[in-house]
Amino acid sequence: MSEYAATGDVLLARRSTAVTRSRRLKNRLFTGLLWACGFLALLPLAFIIWYVLIRGLSALNINFFTREPAAPGQPGGGIVQSFVGTGLIVGMAIAFSVPLGVLAAVYLSEYGRGRLASGVRFVAEILLSTPSIVAGAFIWALVVVAMGTFSALAGSIALTVLMWPIIARATEEILRLVPQELREGALALGLPRWKVILRIVIPTAGSGIFTAIMLAVARGMGETAPILLTALGQEFLSTNPLAPADAVPLRVYDYARTPVLSQHAMAWGGAIVLLTAVLVLSITARILGNRQRGRVR
Amino acid sequence: MSVIATDQHDVAEDEAQGRRIEVQDLNAWFGALHALREVRMVAEPRSVTAIIGPSGCGKSTLIRCINRMHEEVPGARVSGKVLFDGQDIYGSDVDPVEVRRRIGMVFQRANPFPTMSILDNAAAGLKLSGGLGRSVLRGRAELALQRAGLWEEVKDRLNEPGAKLSGGQQQRLCIARALAVEPEVLLMDEPASALDPASTLRIEELIHDLKTQYTVVLVTHNMQQAARVADWTLFMLYGEVVEFGPTRKIFTSPDDKRTEDYITGRFG
Repeated sequence: MSEYAATGDVLLARRSTAVTRSRRLKNRLFTGLLWACGFLALLPLAFIIWYVLIRGLSALNINFFTREPAAPGQPGGGIVQSFVGTGLIVGMAIAFSVPLGVLAAVYLSEYGRGRLASGVRFVAEILLSTPSIVAGAFIWALVVVAMGTFSALAGSIALTVLMWPIIARATEEILRLVPQELREGALALGLPRWKVILRIVIPTAGSGIFTAIMLAVARGMGETAPILLTALGQEFLSTNPLAPADAVPLRVYDYARTPVLSQHAMAWGGAIVLLTAVLVLSITARILGNRQRGRVR
Repeated sequence: MSVIATDQHDVAEDEAQGRRIEVQDLNAWFGALHALREVRMVAEPRSVTAIIGPSGCGKSTLIRCINRMHEEVPGARVSGKVLFDGQDIYGSDVDPVEVRRRIGMVFQRANPFPTMSILDNAAAGLKLSGGLGRSVLRGRAELALQRAGLWEEVKDRLNEPGAKLSGGQQQRLCIARALAVEPEVLLMDEPASALDPASTLRIEELIHDLKTQYTVVLVTHNMQQAARVADWTLFMLYGEVVEFGPTRKIFTSPDDKRTEDYITGRFG
């Protein structure tokens, strides 16, 4: 009996070392493959950053941020009107889309039941995947034609169409993570529902909502097509919301198409600024988001 | 807002008396699920009434019907009456917000507000209702923390987040939060079931103190706890009341065979 058992053990042991070796090999192979894939995925971003930096860094100087464009062929000049325009358009878009998005999210997560809620959710979903040029064309027909002029305001409305669904869906998710026990605890103190939402639920979700807003801003800031159709672009500094305005991506697009070499460099410079702003916003949003998840659970 | 009690008694007298809760022919549903069937019970002032029974028998549903929290669940429905000193809290002119202010509740899992300090948690109900000055709020919060037996442990760190306290302390913070709005009835839904024995003992002592002023209704799945702290005990099974009576009688000479089987540990 013990004889057999011993033989069996030896056989099993021998086979298992063989199996282990081939498994170990396969394991190493696939791990290596996965590393390679991960590296490949990172490569384009690294390449974009590197290439944009070497082409554009020469354009970045104080004039770039403070001056209006010089006449073609003349040295110097900047694109201050693009930065101011982006600030104006995105700022107004935040003012419109944050209340709209957050209120829609509160409705969906705290009140929404039945058909109206699934309707709102469906609309937000559709808008999320709408090509941005369609939003631009729509606002052109609705606002630009009606006002008789391209304007920063029209641009911000077009961005609002793109930004509020991002804010609404992301905020709804984060509000749903707020434990039901907190709502019940507050209701049980004899507080009306609106106060529970305003003073307990929203503060608890706080930084998560901020994350949602930053992601939407990062998206809106980089949009070109809807701005082109609504704010048009501007060679001069303008802070009038009812006049045509410039935006950084629009300037990049314009200068990239001219034959003037100094303007090409400026386009790359604008690309650096856009890329940096979007990266900073996304990374901050990610860090805050992670912290939030730690708090809610 | 005089929907529940219009009489203007002397406040001290009211506090000493507490309020009587009487549940009449109460039915409750979650969608199609009939969770409570024809429940009748009474909670006397200045006493502890315990609701016991196996998991899923409807204990929590019943206690949540007494301050109209049940209807917060989507698809939930109630019929029947819950009388608060003779007035039906399900009457058409009654505001559930006012009901919940006067009938406080402590939950199974301690749920301090994570964005607030210890002091703000204790004062939350009053602060968010508005109308009270800073010093009044602080005084009321301090009093509530004392009543909940937490003051000595937290008085030097009132501005720390409430979530930093231990589980037992968090639960007493939630009790303080409920007491600060000065309810007349206190509902406790398995307040000690997530706590260690030492913290459980503290909560039980606290319940014993509270009943000198309040009408206390306690849900527990721990029969020893019911035997230790309750004056009256209600035994439920499958959404129905099996037996209701003085705790001593329920635990020593129950009328119903099923009560005897449950309290002697034959099932549940």
